[in-house]
Amino acid sequence: MQFMLLFSRQGKLRLQKWYVPLSDKEKKKITRELVQTVLARKPKMCSFLEWRDLKIVYKRYASLYFCCAIEDQDNELITLEIIHRYVELLDKYFGSVCELDIIFNFEKAYFILDEFLLGGEVQETSKKNVLKAIEQADLLQESQNEDWGATS
Amino acid sequence: MPAVSKGDGMRGLAVFISDIRNCKSKEAEIKRINKELANIRSKFKGDKALDGYSKKKYVCKLLFIFLLGHDIDFGHMEAVNLLSSNRYTEKQIGYLFISVLVNSNSELIRLINNAIKNDLASRNPTFMGLALHCIANVCSREMAEAFAGEIPKILVAGDTMDSVKQSAALCLLRLYRTSPDLVPMGDWTSRVVHLLNDQHLGVVTAATSLITTLAQKNPEEFKTSVSLAVSRLSRIVTSASTDLQDYTYYFVPAPWLSVKLLRLLQCYPPPDPAVRGRLTECLETILNKAQEPPKSKKVQHSNAKNAVLFEAISLIIHHDSEPNLLVRACNQLGQFLQHRETNLRYLALESMCTLASSEFSHEAVKTHIETVINALKTERDVSVRQRAVDLLYAMCDRSNAQQIVAEMLNYLETADYSIREEIVLKVAILAEKYAVDYTWYVDTILNLIRIAGDYVSEEVWYRVIQIVINRDDVQGYAAKTVFEALQAPACHENLVKVGGYILGEFGNLIAGDPRSSPLIQFNLLHSKFHLCSVPTRALLLSTYIKFVNLFPEIKTTIQDVLRSDSQLKNADVELQQRAVEYLRLSTIASTDILATVLEEMPPFPERESSILAKLKKKKGPGTVTDLEEIKKERSSDMNGSAEPASVNASAVSTPSPSADLLGLGAAPLTNSAPPPSSSGSLLVDVFSDSASAVAPLAPGSDDNFARFVCKNNGVLFENQLLQIGLKSEFRQNLGRMFIFYGNKTSTQFLNFTPTVICSDDLQPSLNLQTKPVDPTVDGGAQVQQVVNIECVSDFMEAPILNIQFRYGGTFQNLSVKLPITLNKFFQPTEMSSQDFFQRWKQLSNPKQEVQNIFKAKHPMDAEITKAKIIGFGSALLEEVDPNPANFVGAGIIHTKTTQIGCLLRLEPNLQAQMYRLTLRTSKEAVSQRLCELLSEQF
Repeated sequence: MQFMLLFSRQGKLRLQKWYVPLSDKEKKKITRELVQTVLARKPKMCSFLEWRDLKIVYKRYASLYFCCAIEDQDNELITLEIIHRYVELLDKYFGSVCELDIIFNFEKAYFILDEFLLGGEVQETSKKNVLKAIEQADLLQESQNEDWGATS
Repeated sequence: MPAVSKGDGMRGLAVFISDIRNCKSKEAEIKRINKELANIRSKFKGDKALDGYSKKKYVCKLLFIFLLGHDIDFGHMEAVNLLSSNRYTEKQIGYLFISVLVNSNSELIRLINNAIKNDLASRNPTFMGLALHCIANVCSREMAEAFAGEIPKILVAGDTMDSVKQSAALCLLRLYRTSPDLVPMGDWTSRVVHLLNDQHLGVVTAATSLITTLAQKNPEEFKTSVSLAVSRLSRIVTSASTDLQDYTYYFVPAPWLSVKLLRLLQCYPPPDPAVRGRLTECLETILNKAQEPPKSKKVQHSNAKNAVLFEAISLIIHHDSEPNLLVRACNQLGQFLQHRETNLRYLALESMCTLASSEFSHEAVKTHIETVINALKTERDVSVRQRAVDLLYAMCDRSNAQQIVAEMLNYLETADYSIREEIVLKVAILAEKYAVDYTWYVDTILNLIRIAGDYVSEEVWYRVIQIVINRDDVQGYAAKTVFEALQAPACHENLVKVGGYILGEFGNLIAGDPRSSPLIQFNLLHSKFHLCSVPTRALLLSTYIKFVNLFPEIKTTIQDVLRSDSQLKNADVELQQRAVEYLRLSTIASTDILATVLEEMPPFPERESSILAKLKKKKGPGTVTDLEEIKKERSSDMNGSAEPASVNASAVSTPSPSADLLGLGAAPLTNSAPPPSSSGSLLVDVFSDSASAVAPLAPGSDDNFARFVCKNNGVLFENQLLQIGLKSEFRQNLGRMFIFYGNKTSTQFLNFTPTVICSDDLQPSLNLQTKPVDPTVDGGAQVQQVVNIECVSDFMEAPILNIQFRYGGTFQNLSVKLPITLNKFFQPTEMSSQDFFQRWKQLSNPKQEVQNIFKAKHPMDAEITKAKIIGFGSALLEEVDPNPANFVGAGIIHTKTTQIGCLLRLEPNLQAQMYRLTLRTSKEAVSQRLCELLSEQF
């Protein structure tokens, strides 16, 4: 996978993850172009499209579009399920996730993504294992917060 | 603001985000952001040291501002401070900031690397995980240099935690992708392969990605992964849906891992028989499961299951060796073509494109043609229709070309603008490739211009002109057709260009018809002149001067036009210059000079179709279509390209082949190098089934062979690697043939050994001597081989040219018939009508006459027929046959031992589209052979 973008129906970018080195300018250009292309598509259309020399796989969940760019050899359907699994992870973590959760806790959305995908490849597909990792980190945070609270 | 129960909320951050969301305008947002940036800057610069929490909060705010799309040029140092902290919560935010806002400041990188090094050495799996994620996310050159040696150790160390192994594997993968030179292969590679056996499926998943990437570049090093991957896959596909617990996804066992394993196997050819059997079982199981009723109605279930299925089909196509599996795959995809899920229809069309290029499944794919055409008409999504166009293109062959081209043209009328140009290119290529009848080709291209003139690129209309110029059998038709097309009140400028060019060259072929007399042709073209752009006008001016040569009777009309102020004083310098020069040329040059200067264009040298090149460029290298194209050509659908005109002789530095035929006998002849051809006894071996056997004739070579019966120069064979061109000359019973072998690749051919082989029967009649060629042919280079030919007695068969060489490690072996035919040794004989009939009667013994009645394969055009009879080698005798529609020829076949007089008569029946060909010679076998050869030509 080359990158993943989350954006709203209004075209506001909510999360971006790049697995190939690109300049900020290029990233902005790609984002603008893709958001426009995907938003212009009608609901019943297929979830895949060719774009430049990449394949775009996207799916809409409520007000958010999840959009992945994969290479020619990559599997479209499994990418669609990567998106779904990520949504499930967010959902489980936040408890019925909504766009606002991702806006206000964007750093968590990144942490969860990093546990699930690394370098553009699936690292861990087990929902339990990913959430365990995140929860452990949260515990660590809380205990350290208390610790910090005590020292201040 | 939602209640966040997890982790630690940063209140200041939440307030800031709310503020931004409450901004009513872009200006208000920018104002709020600038205020915050100023605040953070002053905090960072302030004298008071910030505590970790504040630092974390401000860095997070900066990150948020950056993600909104604003530039951030400070805060990196604070982030580095955070990630060096011992507190997890600070470290995590520090790493996130650095991962998102990569900075190339080397001082900074040094500090980051230092912190990463500490975390990697900490033996705290959570810290190690963060550090590895950071390397994978940033992955700069400096990081690769610092850690490429360390990470493999972490990956294979016995005591590394599973989760760290997973991160290390993918981190290494990322490093290898960005800086392969910095990741040394070593002892660790074999231990990485064994991770495929790991108990933890998460580790196996991550390791499989890594191994796949490494194996693509170093297949030898990782080939043991094949059997491990197969057994892993086998265990997964045969497991019950609950066996794998959390790795089962909507009742599908480990779909991600299955897809990755199947992908890994695509880096290798089919495995050894033992492993292969097991793999075939796996693939069959996957195909069988597709037929089972779904275990869940959820789309996730069907997607995961079909993801594995499609990857399995990709592997089957990649191996391209199990006809059963290929046909089963094709049937499965055929079901998907009509599935209610658009996604599946899309993927089925895409996947079938590659199936179409396998010889085992090409026919099976073709059975779905109606469904695909229907998809083109009814799919509502342009990206699906695009796939349907691709598939039609891929499944096209001679049997269905007319239907497919017609459907594509049909679709083009309403096609989306975004894909029109590509369809135009595809139609142009197919029409050319599968034209049996070049009138159909001309019609198709003119239709293209009519329907989608704006999308017809220069390559397309150049190509139609090249083909018409190179094929004399279509020139008259082309002239007639463009003339008719130009009658339309509004025609596309591209049509004016094609029409102008073709009439300028071949308008004379239709000038006999009073409806298209020279003056009418000229007026028709000139009526378009003022509506055209400058380049087209320039082209038309050239057509006019060509008309001056073709049709002296309208010279004054044309001169008047050239002389008019609008031409001679045209503001455009190119047009003005042409008008002035052409007018002058027409005034002062004699008829002979005009005829020479304005002679018909010589045939174009044959190269790769420029249209194909354009399509490839458009689709980018390595796309499905491209691959398909290569496979197609490898399977040698040779018939395709336009009649090869002449070898690109300018690229060859040889002594002029036309040099000295008379000195032929005296020329020092070295015997051909490794000559199975010169030794009769060896031939048995050559034709037996041994390993070094001569390859069977390349498909299509018969078509090509037939084309050389009436001509001596051209391209004999061409595939992706090699082009073979010929140039030959014959006089009496001697001949000399120059064979040009062109390496079309950029890689050397090694052990390049062309051998000319005569069968036992042929050997006594035909004496061939070849000179050996250099065994190495550099990429892009052309080598030449001379064959000296002596015809000892009349013969039937043709010699075989076998070529063997190594190309990039693979052994290539191919054979084509070499077009040395009996008629090459014809000397034409002119004779009067009286003489002809006298001899004709002399040869009335039934054994001397051979007759053949056959259906016309090409348009029955008298001029072309004449040209072919002359090309065949006999004299064409005019006014001999009382019926002027018939053709009569005479000549002598020269062999070393004897000379054989030959008479021929060809009677066309236009109504029945048939010919009757009669040959009379003093020798039955000669009559027989000549009749066979010539019958194929009409």
